[in-house]
Amino acid sequence: MHKVRGALLTGLTWVLAAAFFFPVAWMVFTSFKSESDASSIPPTIAVPLSFAQYAAVFDRGAGSYLLNSATASIGSTIIVLLLAIPAAYGLSIRPIKRVQDVLFFFISTRFLPAAASILPVFFILKTLGLLDNITALALLYSAMNLPIAVWMMRSFFKEVPIDIVEAAQIDGANLRTEMVRVVLPILLPGIAAVALICFIFSWNEYFLATLLTSFQARTAPPFLASFVDGRGQFLAVLSAASTLAVLPVIIAGWAAQKQLVRGLAMGAVK
Amino acid sequence: MTATMQSRTTGARPRTAERRRASWVPRGLVLPALIFSILLTQIPFVVTIVFSLLNWNQLRPSEIQFNWFHNYVVVFTGPDFLPSLFSTVTITGTSVLLSLLIGLGFALLLDRKFVGRGIARTLIITPFLVMPAAAALIWKWSMLDVNVGMINYGLHLLGLPPVSWNTDFPVATIIILLTWQFTPFMMLILLAGLQSQNRDILEAASVDGAGPLRTFRWMTLPHLRQYIEIAALLGTIMLLQVFDPIAIMTKGTGGTKTLSYLLYERAFIGLNIGEAAAFGVVTVAVTMVVATLALRTLFRVFIEGNVRDA
Repeated sequence: MHKVRGALLTGLTWVLAAAFFFPVAWMVFTSFKSESDASSIPPTIAVPLSFAQYAAVFDRGAGSYLLNSATASIGSTIIVLLLAIPAAYGLSIRPIKRVQDVLFFFISTRFLPAAASILPVFFILKTLGLLDNITALALLYSAMNLPIAVWMMRSFFKEVPIDIVEAAQIDGANLRTEMVRVVLPILLPGIAAVALICFIFSWNEYFLATLLTSFQARTAPPFLASFVDGRGQFLAVLSAASTLAVLPVIIAGWAAQKQLVRGLAMGAVK
Repeated sequence: MTATMQSRTTGARPRTAERRRASWVPRGLVLPALIFSILLTQIPFVVTIVFSLLNWNQLRPSEIQFNWFHNYVVVFTGPDFLPSLFSTVTITGTSVLLSLLIGLGFALLLDRKFVGRGIARTLIITPFLVMPAAAALIWKWSMLDVNVGMINYGLHLLGLPPVSWNTDFPVATIIILLTWQFTPFMMLILLAGLQSQNRDILEAASVDGAGPLRTFRWMTLPHLRQYIEIAALLGTIMLLQVFDPIAIMTKGTGGTKTLSYLLYERAFIGLNIGEAAAFGVVTVAVTMVVATLALRTLFRVFIEGNVRDA
């Protein structure tokens, strides 16, 4: 009886998980079909598959958009880490006064919708001639992700045994060696989690990208959104473009699942 | 802490200069992040408030002038604000509730040991990783399209007529997509909560003859309270700002014109900067109010006073 129920629950879990994943699987599968196979009903399964749609996507300039996405995401992740790691250190291991106030400030900036700042940001960038500039976009993404990064980093820092830091201090290690030699190695998994989450949020960002870039600095999300032109069949080529845009994050997310789960849980709960 | 450490290492009372230096180091560590954040988020918000007090239409750029709260009067008395607020609350509230419920279901299913549990979890968290723009397009065309969508094919197999989701049920379309994307987020937080339960106590309860349902109602749910609370709060705040699927799937038609989409429309299509800024300020205010309210109500519904700890 107990075993039967267990098997049923396992089966149910499997079916539901597969159903939940179906849109992604179907997107990848469709991306290898021809246009007519892609939009035939009933759906086709046993059809010739090819990379033709991917070639078409790159012909439409997907390469430069993906490169822009990578630049903005990796650039902003580096900026965020450079700012968040020292800040979290100052908020946990060597706490300043009014830690609570500072933390509250950071999380409140996260609650501020992009709507609150988009207009001035748009006009400032326009005045400075920085519209359609990938560096400007990377800086804005850094501001967007900094609060989460500080919060997550701080909860990872709090797990560093204070004895180790104190021992290093007694040894006369100054701040920099204390941080680089003693604390950083313990923190590496946490830093990886924070970096991954910042990368994902930046890579997937659409609102700022669509309003602040047009051609030179266009990233993948607005490129995708402008992909459907309504002429003829486009399901297969759209699926190919979407797969390309989605793949880096999915692979990164799967590979670092443990860190991701831990990071989200810690960042969220602690 | 730092000061005592230093006095131990130098073997003497720290001099004032040294103490001052010691307190400036951590402050110096926090300051760059703080300044960066203020420059890029707080100052623009203050400027938005200033914008909202201006009569500024891009079509007449030479006529910018101060007109105090006129834009707010226009916002609150105009025909767009209330429907938009309603759309925002409906879409956010329903999506948060659905993704919390489904997320809880998945979390409970995954909180057992079974073959392939890691793979099942991987499959379930994937929608959260999918770029929202791509998710919106795939759902709009590949899943929900009236002619070639897989959902309609499924309905057809069940002998049901096809549904033109995107044009006839735009709100449902957006909610389906958002629920799909945010369920994994809820699931991860709730799963973390489930796994932090004390297994011994649960076992003791089952030995004492408490059935799984009673154990869940009286032990697991109260324990999950803070996790549900945080998942709901974070989900609400992220979803209140939602823009991508609306811009891509419905363009604000059929009751899907949320506040953030309305602001975009006013500023970048209507070119009325003053009014758009007023909408921005109101959106921020609503975000704060709704996040607080949503939290309280959710709690009354979910755990109706069966938690006695404060």
